[in-house]
Amino acid sequence: MENNKGRVVGVNGNMVTVQFQGSIAKNEVGYIVVGKTKLKGEVIKIRGDRADMQVFEMTNGVAVGDEVEFVSEMLSVELGPGLLTQIYDGLQNPLPDLARQCGFFLQRGVYLDPIPDLDWDFTPAVKSGDIVYPGDTLGTVPEGVFTHRIMVPFGFDQIPWTVKSIAAKGKYNVRAEIAVLSDPKGNEKKCTMVFSWPVKRPIKLYKQRLRPDETLITKIRIIDTFLPIAKGGTYCIPGPFGAGKTVLQHMTSRNADVDIVIIAACGERAGEVVETLKEFPELIDPKTGRTLMERTIIICNTSSMPVAARESSVYTAVTMGEYYRQMGLNVLLLADSTSRWAQAMREMSGRLEEIPGEEAFPAYLESVIAAFYERAGKVQLKDGSIASVTIGGTVSPAGGNFEEPVTQATLKVVGAFHGLSRERSDARKYPAIHPLDSWSKYPGIIDSKRVEEARAILFRGNEINQMMKVVGEEGTSVEDYIVYQKSELLDAAYLQQNSFDPVDSAVLPDRQKHVFDLMYRVLMSNLNLNDKKAARQFFNEMRQKFLDWNGVQTDDPRFAETESAIVQLLSSKASKEAR
Amino acid sequence: MQKVYTKIESIVGDVITVRAQGVRYQDLAMVGKSYANVIKLDGDLVSLQVFAGAKGVSTTDEVRFLGVPMKVSYSENLLGRVFTGSGKPMDGGPELDENMIEIGGPSVNPAKRIIPRNMIRTGIPMIDVFNTLVESQKLPIFSVSGEPYNQLLARIAMQAEVDLIVLGGMGLKYDDYLFFRDTLEKSGAMGRTIMFIHTASDPTVECTLVPDMALAVAERFALDGKKVLVLLTDMTNFADSLKEMAITMDQVPSNRGYPGDLYSQLASRYEKAVDFEGAGSLTILGVTTMPGDDVTHPVPDNTGYITEGQYYLKNGRIEPFGSLSRLKQNVNKDTRDDHRALMDGMIKLYAAYKDSLEKKSMGFMMTEWDNKLLKYGKLFEDKLMDLSVNIPLEDALDLGWKILAECFEPNETGLKSSLIMERWPKKPEGN
Repeated sequence: MENNKGRVVGVNGNMVTVQFQGSIAKNEVGYIVVGKTKLKGEVIKIRGDRADMQVFEMTNGVAVGDEVEFVSEMLSVELGPGLLTQIYDGLQNPLPDLARQCGFFLQRGVYLDPIPDLDWDFTPAVKSGDIVYPGDTLGTVPEGVFTHRIMVPFGFDQIPWTVKSIAAKGKYNVRAEIAVLSDPKGNEKKCTMVFSWPVKRPIKLYKQRLRPDETLITKIRIIDTFLPIAKGGTYCIPGPFGAGKTVLQHMTSRNADVDIVIIAACGERAGEVVETLKEFPELIDPKTGRTLMERTIIICNTSSMPVAARESSVYTAVTMGEYYRQMGLNVLLLADSTSRWAQAMREMSGRLEEIPGEEAFPAYLESVIAAFYERAGKVQLKDGSIASVTIGGTVSPAGGNFEEPVTQATLKVVGAFHGLSRERSDARKYPAIHPLDSWSKYPGIIDSKRVEEARAILFRGNEINQMMKVVGEEGTSVEDYIVYQKSELLDAAYLQQNSFDPVDSAVLPDRQKHVFDLMYRVLMSNLNLNDKKAARQFFNEMRQKFLDWNGVQTDDPRFAETESAIVQLLSSKASKEAR
Repeated sequence: MQKVYTKIESIVGDVITVRAQGVRYQDLAMVGKSYANVIKLDGDLVSLQVFAGAKGVSTTDEVRFLGVPMKVSYSENLLGRVFTGSGKPMDGGPELDENMIEIGGPSVNPAKRIIPRNMIRTGIPMIDVFNTLVESQKLPIFSVSGEPYNQLLARIAMQAEVDLIVLGGMGLKYDDYLFFRDTLEKSGAMGRTIMFIHTASDPTVECTLVPDMALAVAERFALDGKKVLVLLTDMTNFADSLKEMAITMDQVPSNRGYPGDLYSQLASRYEKAVDFEGAGSLTILGVTTMPGDDVTHPVPDNTGYITEGQYYLKNGRIEPFGSLSRLKQNVNKDTRDDHRALMDGMIKLYAAYKDSLEKKSMGFMMTEWDNKLLKYGKLFEDKLMDLSVNIPLEDALDLGWKILAECFEPNETGLKSSLIMERWPKKPEGN
């Protein structure tokens, strides 16, 4: 198919209307030629001989009559070794390279090769004459600690391909030919280590999808114990501004027990991305002994960058996630924030003069969000290995009101809901996940029965607290008051976690279980406390001891000391322990 | 390229349309004697927003396309001057047209940003201790109309150590403009100040240009190595002007009449705040008035998601709840080892005080603990929250420990034992 050309006939913000000849496809990429620069855009609507394009750049200076070049390809990303450690914008432009070329500012119309020009140690996995299918491994290269599979391009037809030639073990450039495949009719195709894939099409080259039933450890107590997430699952973090969404995502990206983390900073503050950019190369991943950066890809389209590229940034991120999943790895995708992406859709929908839905969001909002989260999943690959993509998205609801369309559309499709509350963040109770409103459908690290019992105390404590606000402390019985104090203790010493404390910021599952056991004993004990003053004193002391305990390493002698001090304090007041 | 068109097709609000060829999006034009810029192209139909307003524009007025986008002059000569939103002198001085730079330029490459690292000391404990202001931060002051936000802004501006102040006034009352001018002149700061002022009676379009003009100039000075503080007051007026323009253009409104791109519009301005490695920095302090003290109103709500925290001004005090400086962690680790813990501890207790206060107002009996909290809350408000307090950070921290010791036993504070051992004020001998 010959590439088409067109002419600009209208400009409205980042939407440009183009008159074209011949045929073009929806979601096809086109470049608007403005002087010497070419601005990338995507066809989103076609009517007669006119196409509406969303342009991924500022449209200043575009004039009616400017030429548009279509490329006959949907918006795609390049996949190959070297993606890890990279920092891309929403269109997979490598930002550090761009900075070297253009300086402080993002110059529009500059598109660089996203795959670093490197040589890799290639080890073939097939030989001439073998039959392969798209997604099958042709060979491997070591990428950091991972074995990066070089696969038959996913876009090849789903037919048996015969390996005509394959490169011998050795060092090859990433763009060098490493294999020639031929289809049953004898048509030959050359393969390098790189191929492209359209971002809006899920990669489904696995044997079967599995139920996400394995806990994904985040080292955050309230999540792992009470509101777990699962490998291959989805979760969302809605919260008003200032409630700590990004800090929570940041903690997760550091500590999560997965192979690869992809951070999609979508329409949020640039400063937050910078923290990750500067910190991760310094932080060591205890699992691999390498820096965190070596397992991370950052896609950032911050709030002042062109709006249309926000949408592509989440798709770019999830496509890379699916690519690494095909290698048998566990990938965590953190999208911050999906609301900005939804707003970008709303802006475009408004320019297209579509009939608006609720709060002017387009009517297809829900199906688009659902389709995105559905790209997560735990799968069994054709070679039998298990791999997953987990998606965690933050939502920034207008006015902190969870009733708004984006939050509601997201809640329908996720497996865990970590709702952040302004009340808790105002009181500096971090992470500000509301323990009662939030829910999770995934299994956690601790026996769910005991977790439920602990949760029941939180519920009851909250009820008593509400009641106390009406009838006062003097109108509350000592028994109730003790339950209330227990719930406060659980909150202060277990649910809350100090992300700045070197020890408390990341708690391994074993330690969580250990601390929870003792906490559980305290919660389930019948306590000999005669009046409220005695109860308050006892729990103040208990809380202090637990907080100190949370601050010491497990191999520190003070760990055991503090533990026995807690046990002692408990047995001094406990009449009989339950179970 | 200076083509002249003399047939205006339509005039709606401040937007006119004219049939013309070869016009570029966002180009500047002259409509009669006023500037205007291109905001929409549809075939040969060009929509222009007229800066001085379309009042009195006739269908036969001349429209001249200048073939360049909106620009502003940049040089040392700007210092001490006052301009309107379209860059015309407002102080009777000469017009400046040398070294013109584009406004609304591209955003900074995130890979070139650096982690903010310098605290800006203000002498206000509620800022220095609890929500530290950091160089290159973007922070709005959330406030109800009638609160002394401009006074607070002016005070921070004068006490903060910066090289240059750029003031963008939007929808200002003329009195407020005079207040800023007089205060800055009196303190001798006018010589390092540039003002872009849109007063409430000026044309709406100019209001939407003020932040772009102010930030374009500030960005250049920052690139030239200056520490620049940009004050924007009041961003709600800016948003309202955007709303007015959007409705004129028949855009579908999203929330309470505001355009769907309000977030992006605000973000592209606030995100100009930056610390240039090897050059200067740009810090933005804005004011966002909240209609009806409603923080969920679209303007403060969207602002909160963009900025790195906010100062919540209420009853003449910066409220500890709702106020937040997201960058404080970057600097408060290097101030004093007790800074963070004390900050958190005191706020938790202040939250408990608020609960007790509520109980008291409902007529419940006060327990011993409640009474302790009540005493603490009163001391906290009088000695630390009052805006007239002007003490350095270290003194404010010492004062914090003193207040805690006056009210509580050490284990009631929820602070770590090691810190209490080190910092808890010793009771005087024989007491």
